[in-house]
Amino acid sequence: MKINLITRISVALLTARLKQTIIAAFGVTFSITMFITLLSFMAGLNDLLDNLILNRTPHIRLYNEILPSPIQPINRSTAYPGAYHFVKHIKPKNELPEIRNSEAIIKALENDPNVRGVAPKNTVAVFYNVGAINLTGVINGIDVDAENRLFIFQDYVVEGKTQDLKNTPNSIILGIGVAKKMLVRIGDNIQITTSDGTRFPLKVVGFFQSGIEELDKVQSYATLATTQKILGKPVSYVTDIQIKLHDITLAPALARRYHTRFGTEAIDIQTANAQFETGSSVRTLISYAVGITLLIVAGFGIYNILNMMIYEKMDSIAILKATGFSGKDVNAIFITIALTIGLVGGALGLIFGLGLSALIGEIPFDTPSLPTVKTYPISYNPKFYIIGAVFSIITTYLAGYFPSKKASRVDPVDIIRGK
Amino acid sequence: MAKHVWIRKKGECYFLSVLNMEKKVIEAIGISKSFHDPITVKVLTDVSFAIHAGEFVSVVGKSGCGKSTLLYILSTMDTSYEGELLLDGVSMKNKKDAELARVRNEKIGFVFQFHYLLNEFNNLHNVMLPGLKYEKLTPKEVEHHAYEKLKILGIEKEALKYPNQLSGGQKQRVAIARALINDPLIIMGDEPTGNLDKKNSDVVFHIFKELAEEYQQSLLIVTHDLDFAANTQRTITMEDGRIQKGPTNNLTA
Ligand SMILES: Nc1ncnc2c1ncn2[C@@H]1O[C@H](COP(=O)(O)OP(=O)(O)OP(=O)(O)O)[C@@H](O)[C@H]1O
Ligand SMILES: [Mg+2]
Repeated sequence: MKINLITRISVALLTARLKQTIIAAFGVTFSITMFITLLSFMAGLNDLLDNLILNRTPHIRLYNEILPSPIQPINRSTAYPGAYHFVKHIKPKNELPEIRNSEAIIKALENDPNVRGVAPKNTVAVFYNVGAINLTGVINGIDVDAENRLFIFQDYVVEGKTQDLKNTPNSIILGIGVAKKMLVRIGDNIQITTSDGTRFPLKVVGFFQSGIEELDKVQSYATLATTQKILGKPVSYVTDIQIKLHDITLAPALARRYHTRFGTEAIDIQTANAQFETGSSVRTLISYAVGITLLIVAGFGIYNILNMMIYEKMDSIAILKATGFSGKDVNAIFITIALTIGLVGGALGLIFGLGLSALIGEIPFDTPSLPTVKTYPISYNPKFYIIGAVFSIITTYLAGYFPSKKASRVDPVDIIRGK
Repeated sequence: MAKHVWIRKKGECYFLSVLNMEKKVIEAIGISKSFHDPITVKVLTDVSFAIHAGEFVSVVGKSGCGKSTLLYILSTMDTSYEGELLLDGVSMKNKKDAELARVRNEKIGFVFQFHYLLNEFNNLHNVMLPGLKYEKLTPKEVEHHAYEKLKILGIEKEALKYPNQLSGGQKQRVAIARALINDPLIIMGDEPTGNLDKKNSDVVFHIFKELAEEYQQSLLIVTHDLDFAANTQRTITMEDGRIQKGPTNNLTA
């Protein structure tokens, strides 16, 4: 009943100054709209850029580095203990970076509950033969199904089908950059040469575009079996094991564990792509800063209207107090006014924010480097809406706090005497 | 109007002029007040008096003698004074802001020179506001009550109009209805007819008179109008912040 009375008085005061109230509420609406739109767009962009890397990057990659023998012959001499050895002459062995015992490792990983999936991979350094010129390149030998499932490979194949790679023997999906240089079409045959001089014919079944131009000029894809055939290696020959985890945050710890367990190098995504994390977090920070600045400006708008209202309504405040409303009641009346402006303005802001970001999400955004993206990226994360709502209430409350305090302290005697 | 009562006690006889009840609704005991801005000026000096239930008392005095100041203290709006103020026998000293607000709401009806009606509410709601705040009755009952008060003041037809649609005299009557809404212990008025012409002043005076006689409403009204004062039951005359000694009962009452 009391709450009801306070609200009635608040609403009466609000409607008496409807225009200013609407303008103040519009300030909140505008800032929340911008806040939501900005964050949705920025987050969408962040997700897009991150996914560009994250989708294509394993959480952990197992591989072998070609390194010189860690124990050089001179180390075996006991003549000069503790001395520095300049003599180094055993170079790396003539071996390919094969992961030994790869089948057992893959089996072990597939049984690991942390692991979402495993995709073995080969990389073969090759030359693409274009007439008299050889272009350097890399062919990745992949397990097509695992690659599709874990790295949405199919999204990046802009022409042709990934299944053709599996079903056509000795086939290749060329990087779009390579394909352009070689002037080939789907169905054409090309020649490649390996680093040890073997020539090999391959049938083009598709084109691949990663969005990273440098990569597309070099990389192509074939099946594991094809690359093994090119290299003349057995079916167990695998140079990389790519792992996707259920929880990406476990990657560094698990990478260390796999390193000791399997005796291979193991690199986690966080170490490999540290710069992307930084980029996204800075972008997010900027969006929040801009959004909150807008809200604070809106807060000053509310502060102003309340101060004006209190100045105009001094008589009303005085008589309310003279007839038995306490300072607390008067305070509650003006806080209610502030929060009403904040809630109405904020709620509209959330709706408009959703609308505006949806609108931006419809704008065509065609860029050759991002084949999977057709419109501007928007993230509809409910987190932004919750933050927007909470912040609009907090800022309006703070904006209303001091004027309300002032109103509650109005001394009716001063006002009545002044008449 | 005053009833004369004989009291027999230990063989002696006292003649007392008693008003309805012995009860004092308000009592000031040695109230003094000074303003310190910019220099210390003593505005009230040792003011002591009491008003009994049902009494209609006027306060007169030269401009600046401290009538309004006294009234603000009596109405609990001003709390910086020395001395003791008893309302319904309860001391108002050391009460918190919210408690004083409650006292004003339940026990005091105030009428000012200016009406202080809220333009955002119609006249009926203006009258109802202190009643709704009291929370003793349901809003429906408060509304019924408010209509009755407006009827006493003869302006029930204006109930649904807004204050800015009324004449000065009508506004003042709505303000009086508002002061009556919680059936207060006492109605205080600071020159409630000061803004009104002779005709409207008379109307308001008769309303006060009627309230006192028919409803036994206690009233304490500050006025400059000596005719008005002479028609009340008792007149307190102030001079330089003191109450003047001498007879105060108006025989014409
Ligand atoms: N806030 C204040 N600061 C200093 N002096 C004040 C203040 N308020 C009132 N006074 C002084 O107190 C004295 C009494 O003022 P008060 O308003 O009570 O007079 P009054 O009897 O009601 O006069 P009037 O009949 O003109 O209304 C005056 O001399 C006035 O100058
Ligand atoms: Mg005065």
